[in-house]
Amino acid sequence: MDDVLIVITLLLVAASATAAVAVRDPVRQALVLSLLGLTLAALFTVLQAPDVALSQLAVGTALTPLLLTLAVRKVHRRPHTRDDGRGGETTGSTGTTGNAAAEERGE
Amino acid sequence: MSRRLRMWVLALGLAGLAGLLGAACFDLPDFGGDEHPYGDRAVRAALSHHTANVVSSVNFDLRAFDTLGEESILFGAVLGTVVLLRQTRDERHVEPAPARVSPPVRRYALYALPVTLVVGLYVVAHGQLSPGGGFQGGVVAATALHLLYIAVDYRALRRIRPVGRYEVADAAGEAAFVLLGAAAMLGGSAFLANSLLPYGEFNTLASGGTVPLLNAAIGMEVASAVVVLLARFLDQAVEIEESPKPPDNPDEPGVNAP
Repeated sequence: MDDVLIVITLLLVAASATAAVAVRDPVRQALVLSLLGLTLAALFTVLQAPDVALSQLAVGTALTPLLLTLAVRKVHRRPHTRDDGRGGETTGSTGTTGNAAAEERGE
Repeated sequence: MSRRLRMWVLALGLAGLAGLLGAACFDLPDFGGDEHPYGDRAVRAALSHHTANVVSSVNFDLRAFDTLGEESILFGAVLGTVVLLRQTRDERHVEPAPARVSPPVRRYALYALPVTLVVGLYVVAHGQLSPGGGFQGGVVAATALHLLYIAVDYRALRRIRPVGRYEVADAAGEAAFVLLGAAAMLGGSAFLANSLLPYGEFNTLASGGTVPLLNAAIGMEVASAVVVLLARFLDQAVEIEESPKPPDNPDEPGVNAP
């Protein structure tokens, strides 16, 4: 029974890790990375390492994807000297609604 | 050295490494075996110091010096982030406007926030008894605060998160670990040795000697470090923006002053 669980979680880890490499868009990659963290946490739990699983859950599933999405947003958010074809952005205060997540969804 | 020769040297090195790793793999104990020489010794040492969670005993007692190194890595990383992600001369501060959040998201985040925070603090407090500890609980508690950003907006988060105080708490957590180690030396033992306090009754909150104290110091350091780290990233993502016209000659600010 244990072996079956280990094999299943190992396959899940391999699948989500492959997906994390295959997805090219950094924002989606962050989401897949979060999923990879989740499957890794499951693997560590099955292998009786709950301490490591908790670390993986906190850092790999929550913190790292969050830092990644914030970094991506900073890179995307350019000043308006360069016209990158996004119409309607004439004032200097666009993209500052104070909720990056909502804006990422809105775009 | 030509490119071709360098590739040969690299290939030789890689082949050597692969050979050694392969040979080492054949000497490993079988997966899931019964013999764990290091594990048995760690469990014995943890039990002799009345620490129920053996991993915490390894982290904060047997290998406390390693943990000091790891903690310092995080401290240094946060320090570097604070220095690098400051507002530079050609950037300006933009006040974020209030955002509209859909009601289900707001409700979920506002319910999840206190629960997550309590879970984080619980994991820190019970580090010496059950899986988890200062590191895991600290990250959970710190990320819990940021649910307020999802539920309301950045200004609400900023109000409950005075970054300056968290920076002080980060340094205090780091210092507390070192001072606890030095206190053991003053008590006539080795640096970070678990010899200061009575070991207490097994499987109670106060058991394990200095393990709960070092664990709490790590919890404080990690929670504050993550808050400061995320604050710097959020500032960059939400508030700080490159000026539309960067000054051509930064050495003469008077020329380009608005």
